[in-house]
Order: sequence, then C-alpha cells, then structure tokens
Amino acid sequence: MAFTNTEKNFKSASPRTFVGNYKSPAFIDKFFHVITAVSSFLIIAIIVGIFFVLLKESIPAISQFGFIKFIFSTNWDPVRELFGAGVPLFGTLVTTIIALCFSIPLSIGVAIFVTELAPEKIRGFIGGAIELLAAIPSIIYGMWGLFTLAPIMANYVEPFLQNSLGMLPVFNILFRGTPIGIDLFTAGIVLGIMIIPFSASIARDSILLTPQILKESTYALGTTHWEVIKDVILPYSKYGIFGGIVISLGRALGETMAVAFVLGNKNKLPTSLFDATTTVTVKLANEFTEADKDLYLSSLFYLVLLLFLMSFVILAISKYFLFKSKKAHT
Amino acid sequence: MKVLKFYLIAVMVFFGFSLAKAEETLNGAGATFPYPLYSSWAYQYNKETGVKLNYQSIGSGGGVRQITSRTVDFGASDDALKLEEIEKNKLLQWPQVIGGIVLVVNIPGIKSEQLVLDSNTVCKIFLGDIKKWNDSRIKALNKSLNLPDNDITIVYRSDGSGTTAVFTHYLAETCKEFKEKVGEGKSVNWPVGIGGKGNEGVANYVKRTPYSIGYVEFAYAKQNNLAYTLLVNASGNIVKPDLKSFSEAAKYGDYNPEKHFYTWVTNVKSKGAWPITAATHILVAREKVDVNKKVVKFFDWAFSKKGDKLAEDLIYAPLPDSLKNKVREYWRKNGIY
Repeated sequence: MAFTNTEKNFKSASPRTFVGNYKSPAFIDKFFHVITAVSSFLIIAIIVGIFFVLLKESIPAISQFGFIKFIFSTNWDPVRELFGAGVPLFGTLVTTIIALCFSIPLSIGVAIFVTELAPEKIRGFIGGAIELLAAIPSIIYGMWGLFTLAPIMANYVEPFLQNSLGMLPVFNILFRGTPIGIDLFTAGIVLGIMIIPFSASIARDSILLTPQILKESTYALGTTHWEVIKDVILPYSKYGIFGGIVISLGRALGETMAVAFVLGNKNKLPTSLFDATTTVTVKLANEFTEADKDLYLSSLFYLVLLLFLMSFVILAISKYFLFKSKKAHT
Repeated sequence: MKVLKFYLIAVMVFFGFSLAKAEETLNGAGATFPYPLYSSWAYQYNKETGVKLNYQSIGSGGGVRQITSRTVDFGASDDALKLEEIEKNKLLQWPQVIGGIVLVVNIPGIKSEQLVLDSNTVCKIFLGDIKKWNDSRIKALNKSLNLPDNDITIVYRSDGSGTTAVFTHYLAETCKEFKEKVGEGKSVNWPVGIGGKGNEGVANYVKRTPYSIGYVEFAYAKQNNLAYTLLVNASGNIVKPDLKSFSEAAKYGDYNPEKHFYTWVTNVKSKGAWPITAATHILVAREKVDVNKKVVKFFDWAFSKKGDKLAEDLIYAPLPDSLKNKVREYWRKNGIY
C-alpha cells in the first residue's frame, strides 16, 4: 500500500522533481518512513535494554536466593541481609484485588449509565468528570487518602464494619485489629478510585460499539432496559470491558505514591483487612536511595524484575482479550 | 547561512556561559536531615562570595554512592563511614553539625516534656513487649501522670535513613534483646508498627493517630507541634532535648582524626547529655585537592559565628569549638585547608 502511494505521489508531482532532491515527495516519504521506524524500534530497544539491566543487576540476588525461595520468603531484613519478595508481591496482589472489587461494579455501572440510561445532557458531564479523575496526579490521591479518607475510615467506616460484618463467624478474621485507617482496606479503596477512569472509559467505548439495530430490535420485542443490558449489551461488549479491567489492573499493580501514603509500609503478611503491609513499588520508593549493600540493592532490582515480568504478562493477557473483542465485532 | 551563524554563536555562548558558571558551583548530594541547614548556609555564602552550592538531598546512602563514584564534589551522610570504607574508596570525612532525635507521642492530655521514658522502656515498646500505655514499666517512670489503657501504635521510618541508623544504634547499645532481634542499620525489620515515609511521614502519622509513638529529628517535632518526651540518659538523669543537651553529648565523642572521626555520641555518660544525638558528616574525594579546598572553604565558613547562628535558628547544634579545631587540623594535615 505504502509503496503504491509513493509512486502515485511521485508521478503526480511536478516534472522538475528528481530523486535526491530533499524537497521531492519521494524523499519526504522515505524520510518519514525512516523516522517512524526508528522511533518504533527505539522503543523496543529501550524495553529490551531495561530488561537486561534489571536482569544483570539482580543476578547477585538471584544466585543468592533463587527464584522460588525469593518469591515465597517473607523475610526482609537489611541488617542480616535476608531478602524475600513474599510480602511485597502478596501486598501488591491483594491491594490490586481490593481495588478491582471496588472499581469493577462502579465502572461498569458508570459506563452503562452514561451510554444507555443517562439523559443526553448529563452524559458528557459525567464522562468528563470520570476522565478528570485520571488527570489527578497520584500523590494528590495519596495526600487525600492520608488526610481525609484515613481518618474517616478509622473513626467511622472501620469500626462500623467491625461491629457488623466483624461479628459474623469466619468473616471476623478479616476485620480484626485496631482500626487506624492506614491499612490494606484504605489503600485498596484509594487505588480503586484511581483506576475507575481506565476501566470505565474503555467499558463505555465498547458498550457504544453494540450495534444500534440489535438493541432496537430487542426493544421491539418488548424487553426492558435491564434485559437489553443483560442479554445484549453486556455479552456483546464483554471482551472490551474485560480488556479495560485488565489495563486498570496493570495500573493498580504499578501505583506507588498513593499507596505509600496509606498502606503503612510494613513488611509483614497481612491477616486482616485492617493490617498494614507493603507493595513492590512502595518498597522501592522507600528503600532505593539508602540501599547501601550490594545484595540489598540487587534484591530491590530483583523485585523490579518480578514486577516487570508480572506487568508484561498482564499486558499480554489484556491485548489478547482486546484482540478477541475486536474480532467479535467485525 | 546567517541563521546558521547566529545559531552557532548562540550555542557557543551558551556553552561558554555554562562552563564559566560551572567553575563557580559546588555540587553536593546526600543526607536529607541537614538539607534545610545546608541550603540556608549556601544562600548566605552565595550572597557573600558569589560561589553557588548545589545540594541534592537524595539520602545518606545516595550521597555515599555519589561521592564514591566521584559524580559530586562532596557527599553528606548522617552516619559516619568506618575507617575501612574511607580507605577503600579514598575519601576524607569530617563531622559538620549535630542533631538530636526525639520520641514523639500522641496521647490525648499529655504535652511536650511531660512523659518520661528510659532506654529500656523505649526498647520494649519498639519490640512490642509493652503493649499499653498504662504498662507498669511506663507508670514507674511517670507516677504523677494519668496514663490511658490504650494500645500503643508504633510508627517508624519506612525509608532507609540515617535517623533510623542512629535510633537503632541507641537501642542496640542499651538493650541486648533489641540488638539480637532487630539489630541496627539505616533500615531494619521492625517487629511491630507502621512505617511513615521520611521524617515528615512519621510526624504526620503520629499527629494523626491517637496513642501512637514515633521517632523524628527534633526540628520536625517542633515544626509539627508534636508532644516529645523526656529521656533518662546514660548517667541516670532526666534530660530534655534542646541545643544544650545535644552539644553536651557531642563534646564527649571519641573523635579521632586517624579514624576520620568515626564515632557515636549516643548514650554519652554526662549529666546533661541527650542520649540520642549524632553528628552528620561531609565526605570528599581525596585526589581532588583543588575542589576540596573550595568545599572546605565553604564548610569552614559554616563553622564561623555566622554559620553557627544560622544553624541554631534551624535547631541544629553547632560542633563544640574543640572539635571544630580538630577538624581544621585534619584539613590542614590533608592539605586542603
């Protein structure tokens, strides 16, 4: 395609042009081609470069602790130089899961309301507000979490949960401890709010892709809004919605500043929702500057490598589902 | 062509300008604790001499790394490097200013300088042995205070820091159990509590969390209006944290220029000494004599009356005169003064 275009341009250009003149359309086309190609390959080179640097820097830790042992060890003792990724990896996963539990229903609800139910006038308004959430820097979420949300959680929400759900058998394990508002639960909610725009806007776009004719013919059969949403729209857009969720998941996995403020930075496996713990990125932000021993620094690099691999896998999954959703629509 | 010429000249002028400027700038990096003071000194020094000082507060560990790889003119570290490290990396090191670490508490009804703790109770609190404020061991030191029956929330520094190094050294020195279970260092594995990032993070958590206790540099306790405790020092006296008790502790350090001033001034046996005191240090590369002379000129200026005044304004204790002279002697001996 590109090639024939070039030829066409070349032919339609003025007869005085000749190859080699830097103003000739053929040259411009080629030049443009090279520039775009270089930028694209540069990205790949950077990613590969980052991967190899991470791998190289983490070799001392890999050879010291191995893979399985490092992942499952809950040690993190800089004094005795015993390191393990168990707590930060677990903390990363759990905060992300809590965030998703909070954000998925909200973002799907928002997307359905904005596309199907809301009056035309306020659709744009809500959509804009959601997108604005994404524009707020994460440190602002952290400060807000620490100064505003944490006291509310500590004084009202968490004692309430302890007195209601905490009274049930089995469930009560999740609600033990002194509620101080700096814990998994608060961090999960802050993260959940942060990732709503990512899943909501993609969900909205994929819901909008549902063919109008399909919806109208369903309505013509006398179905309700609820039935159309449940049986037509959601099945039609499920891959897209899922893709959006996975992208927001990737975002939640890598979030640092907002979580660092409200998670409590403690290297201990949490047993209750009201326990403080840590995540990979929070650990890095806290300890990178002062990691004075080689093995210590190398273990931090090893953590980054694991996060890098985790993000890679998650992005691959998301791409796969988006690809599938595109295929389903065409 | 004209445009090209203009462009070339502009580039040359720019580079020439920045080169000329570079000669007037000293680059340093390291500890965050003395950052406010170093900037205040730098501002005044720049006004008087025109020399610019560019100090990046990236943390003590970062400062040591940067000076070891020779990317800065001087590094700053809260905890002194040992003789072997100094020799291995061909550095010079001296103490510059003294700071104190205090315990801050948030117990409704209790104000600054009311609660008394000793190293043993502090150790047991941070190990999680003492769980409530009305524990008999705390009560024994505070007979007149009405202490509540509430759980203690411990707040520590989550980021690696010189403050933690000094505080854990103080505990490890006095409390065998702490030394065995936790040890000492810039970041340690705390058995209980939650971690705040930076002095301001700890100050914030303590301020916000009732019945909590944490450790911060004295200046942060003052700025945040946090209630700080009194401590029983190594000679058994109850002392309060102030510039006087910090300087008192600093006087008794075993400062040996042969060891590049590596020493600790925690738990000094002197009547009025604050037990958690430390000096923050400057590191330079041995072979860069000309640059070092400029660095030393700045820090010698900081030793002057004017520098001391600026330090005291920001609640840092200047070095005792005897120690200043020892440092000057050390500079002279190494040919950079």
